[in-house]
Amino acid sequence: MADGILVVAEHLGGKLSDITFEMLGKAKALSGAGGDVTVLLIAGDASMAAELGAADTVAIVEGDGLADFNPESYGAALGAAVEAKSPRLVMVGYTAMGMDLASTLAVKRNLPHATFCLDVAIGDSITATSQCYGGKINVTTDLGAGPCVVSMLAGAAPADAGRAEGTPSTESLPAPASAGKIRFKRLIEPEAGDVDITAQEILVAVGRGIGSKDDIEVAEDLAEELDAAVAGSRPLIDAGWLPKTRQVGKSGLKVAPKLYLALGISGAPEHIEGMKSSATIVAVNSDKQAPIFNFAHYGMVADLFDVCEELTEALQERKG
Amino acid sequence: MTETKSSFAPLTAYSPRKKAQSFVQKDSVVIEGVDISGQWNKMFDAREITSYDLTHMDKLTAIPGAESMGWCYQCAQCIPACPVDNAGGDYGPRKIFRRLQTGVDIFNHSDMWLCTSCQNCVRVCPKEVDMVQIMPAARAAAVLEGNVPDELVEMFQNVSEYGNPMGQSARKRVKWTRGAGVDIRILPKDAQPVDVLWFVGDYYAYHDRGNDAAQAMARVFSRLEIDFGILGADERCDGDSQRIAGEPGLFEELARHNIEQFEKYEFAKIVASGPHAYNAIKNEYPKFNGGSGFPIEHYTQFLSQHLDRLTPLLTRPFAKKVTFHDPCYLGRHNGEYDAPRKLLQAVPGIEFGEMFRCKQQGYCCGGGGGGMWLDGFAAEHQTERLSENRVKEAIQVGAEVLAVCCPYEVSRFEDAVKSTDNDGKLEVLDIIEILDQCME
Amino acid sequence: MKLVVLLKRLPDLVEDLEVDDSGKALDTEFLKFTLNEFDDYALEEALLLKEATDGELTVIALDGEDVDKMLYTALAKGADKALKIENAGEASGNRGLAGIFAKVVSSLPHDLVLTGVQSAEDIDGQLAPMVAAILDEPCVEVVTQVATADGGVSIHKEYSGGVVAEFEIDTPAVVGIQASRQAPRYAPVSKVRQIQESTTLETVAGSAADTSVFTVVQMTPPETGGGAQMLGNIGELIKVLESKGVI
Ligand SMILES: Cc1cc2nc3c(=O)[nH]c(=O)nc-3n(C[C@H](O)[C@H](O)[C@H](O)COP(=O)(O)OP(=O)(O)OC[C@H]3O[C@@H](n4cnc5c(N)ncnc54)[C@H](O)[C@@H]3O)c2cc1C
Ligand code: SF4
Ligand code: SF4
Repeated sequence: MADGILVVAEHLGGKLSDITFEMLGKAKALSGAGGDVTVLLIAGDASMAAELGAADTVAIVEGDGLADFNPESYGAALGAAVEAKSPRLVMVGYTAMGMDLASTLAVKRNLPHATFCLDVAIGDSITATSQCYGGKINVTTDLGAGPCVVSMLAGAAPADAGRAEGTPSTESLPAPASAGKIRFKRLIEPEAGDVDITAQEILVAVGRGIGSKDDIEVAEDLAEELDAAVAGSRPLIDAGWLPKTRQVGKSGLKVAPKLYLALGISGAPEHIEGMKSSATIVAVNSDKQAPIFNFAHYGMVADLFDVCEELTEALQERKG
Repeated sequence: MTETKSSFAPLTAYSPRKKAQSFVQKDSVVIEGVDISGQWNKMFDAREITSYDLTHMDKLTAIPGAESMGWCYQCAQCIPACPVDNAGGDYGPRKIFRRLQTGVDIFNHSDMWLCTSCQNCVRVCPKEVDMVQIMPAARAAAVLEGNVPDELVEMFQNVSEYGNPMGQSARKRVKWTRGAGVDIRILPKDAQPVDVLWFVGDYYAYHDRGNDAAQAMARVFSRLEIDFGILGADERCDGDSQRIAGEPGLFEELARHNIEQFEKYEFAKIVASGPHAYNAIKNEYPKFNGGSGFPIEHYTQFLSQHLDRLTPLLTRPFAKKVTFHDPCYLGRHNGEYDAPRKLLQAVPGIEFGEMFRCKQQGYCCGGGGGGMWLDGFAAEHQTERLSENRVKEAIQVGAEVLAVCCPYEVSRFEDAVKSTDNDGKLEVLDIIEILDQCME
Repeated sequence: MKLVVLLKRLPDLVEDLEVDDSGKALDTEFLKFTLNEFDDYALEEALLLKEATDGELTVIALDGEDVDKMLYTALAKGADKALKIENAGEASGNRGLAGIFAKVVSSLPHDLVLTGVQSAEDIDGQLAPMVAAILDEPCVEVVTQVATADGGVSIHKEYSGGVVAEFEIDTPAVVGIQASRQAPRYAPVSKVRQIQESTTLETVAGSAADTSVFTVVQMTPPETGGGAQMLGNIGELIKVLESKGVI
């Protein structure tokens, strides 16, 4: 009889990713109905296991070919763990790594699977809410009584809830053999060259409201706190304040980050064309009539310099 | 050293390719008793200056429609006429010819894309080198080869998928009608015979500032009690700019679609908001309709015939200094210079003045021939935008308002006012917006 | 190299999507379908590979509205063969589609199958890993570059923050493409039409397995107000950023 929740931990470069804690927090909240929470830690070390205090059990798989993420060997390890633990719910991150694992597991073991999940609930049956069609429709699905698989969207649940202290029991699971058809070669760090604004999750975009080249620094400071890149409207590129590779719009690049923070941009159609697909648009403009407020999800009528300064400070404080 | 050529081919400028023939060198030459033996015949030897590799020139002029590029005899009349050269683009037919002659491959060169097809050079060229024919033909070949700037590709894709360059939903084509404040008959929903089928166009339908003009037009039509209807979601991009930018297949598809729509309804004439649609429907669509066209007028032509009824409605004064920008496709391409001016002159209180470059010599805004979707590309090859050059001129002649009647231009010039740091110094208005403002 | 690209069409997000009266499906009245953008990248990457290896490229799609045009476009871009799967019935979700595709692919000699990394309607999993699982072939998702290597292919897989992992995969294999090395090429309308007039699409019968593994309970558009929600101070802004999971 399937029981319990299995959370697949994710790590890169010796560090557990936020998604692991987001899922763990969610799993903890579900544990009343769902049973014990086991974190599957493939090739994790003791220090990682120590961070997983919120779990009831940490199941560790170690073995050859597991040192670096590999869709094939990690997939085999996950399959074996599901076989061994027969959980009611398997939670995988909807991430570059998780995408290699969840669908494969679901097909190979013939399990119901929901992706793009914002939320999961466990009752007599397990239901998931998925964010589909680029955020335009939410779909709730019934995955049956379990076992089943959900792929959780990053940021769908707070990570803090998964960071609790605790002393989970540990167990070691055997590493199954892998056919070796996929071989990890190396990790390539991004080049120091210019950032690709189309690949950023957060963009701090500045417009003519910034006033001068020197003041772009203010936006750069904020971007650093947000782990974001600075982009701009065309006039800033025309003026040579930002390189052409940072131009958003009709004659620039089309971007769709998770957050587009528009500072001192009026919202001309030619600019909107380049950023309208962003998941969340926040606009700061001193003119409450600025057309950008018709396209933004959130707006602030304020001086962009005040906002940059206060927000940067607030973020620094949060980090401590 | 004579060359045979067909009677209608103008003297070809290919002649430099023919090397001067070497004369047989004789030890001694005596002509009329004078001994001219010596080095004289060396100057008839082949000299490097005449031996060009004309592969690229030949490739271009072999394209049907692009032949006239080879006729240039380098007189340079065209250069001062070319707005792109004027904006620091080092451009114009003479320069393009010369670069081709020296071996530049236009298929991999910005020369292919900077021409706005404004036709100003054609006006002055004694050899009838016709950029308006050359460019669409050459670009179509470049598009087939896949040598196209990304900005254009994106536009082609949008137009082909959605029927408009903005990549917007066809259903949203009528969204602007909600803000017009008057009833607008959408023919596919209410197919009654109308006097006027109004071809609204992409910029009026989808661009914020175009919406303002479209709503103004609807109101003016209503006040004039004109019986009009629009195609609504069934209208598609007129296709003219796509044709000139090198996508004749797409143009044909759009033309056939729009013709099919026109044929569904009964109307006396089509009125187009934009000069590009006007040009396409008037001069190009008949090619896909067995040679027969549709009665078509640009809105300024249409309204200027109703001045007797329009003028009395213009009661609110518009006391501003106004100048007017001739759209290339209404003016030079179709010879209409008076209609827009007549409308402006009917505006009460207006102080109208011309810019230096007007009517036949009008300066181009830079949006034609695909220029609308080559802004980034052009910026890399010119020292300023044509629209920037133009707003400076408007300000120089003391205008407070730059009046336009092409849907591309409001967006271009408003942007140029900002980008030349002239915020607040020049207002850009479609003539229809001015008329609307003057009605109470 | 023998390449296969799986193309999928889905509702165009340019339109406002509406839910039908059942509350469990999209209202199809005004739906416009379009090629999954990631599949377009997969096709481009496959074309680049075909050119580099003098390979052979087959594109496959399920029959449906406007599918012919999509396949002719792929041929105009340089694909060698287009296969249209007919009579497969209503594929139930991606899982059903994966079964139909896998069956057709298994009958084709192939080294590499490419498709988009995901689509906006992948509620029940991604196509590439599911097809691979059925075919029992190795698969990597989020691929941004493919090159030939000894006995297989060498690929780049993108993690967050721009970090890239390089893998070697034995072929036959399946990859889910996130981006192609260059922007998808444009097929001029005249070329597409020319292909359309000179080529007939090949068809193959498909069979759908009964794979419905979950039931849709309801579909709802997330609540959105018109225009921006105005924020009064930095505190409110921070709350918004928190709720969106960006800080
Ligand atoms: C063919 C064509 C292509 C184009 N392509 C692009 C493109 O790719 N990308 C693009 O961006 N544009 C493009 N444009 C230009 C576009 O039309 C606009 O001119 C441009 O986007 C305006 O940039 P902006 O919003 O930064 O400047 P503005 O419109 O001048 O807006 C500045 C804003 O800052 C606000 N502001 C000023 N001071 C402050 C302050 N202290 N705090 C807060 N707010 C302040 C003002 O209220 C104003 O709203 C194109 C135009 C054309 C015609
Ligand atoms: S005006 Fe005509 S002939 Fe003279 S240089 Fe220009 S293109 Fe050549
Ligand atoms: S048509 Fe206009 S832009 Fe083109 S070359 Fe002639 S003058 Fe220059």
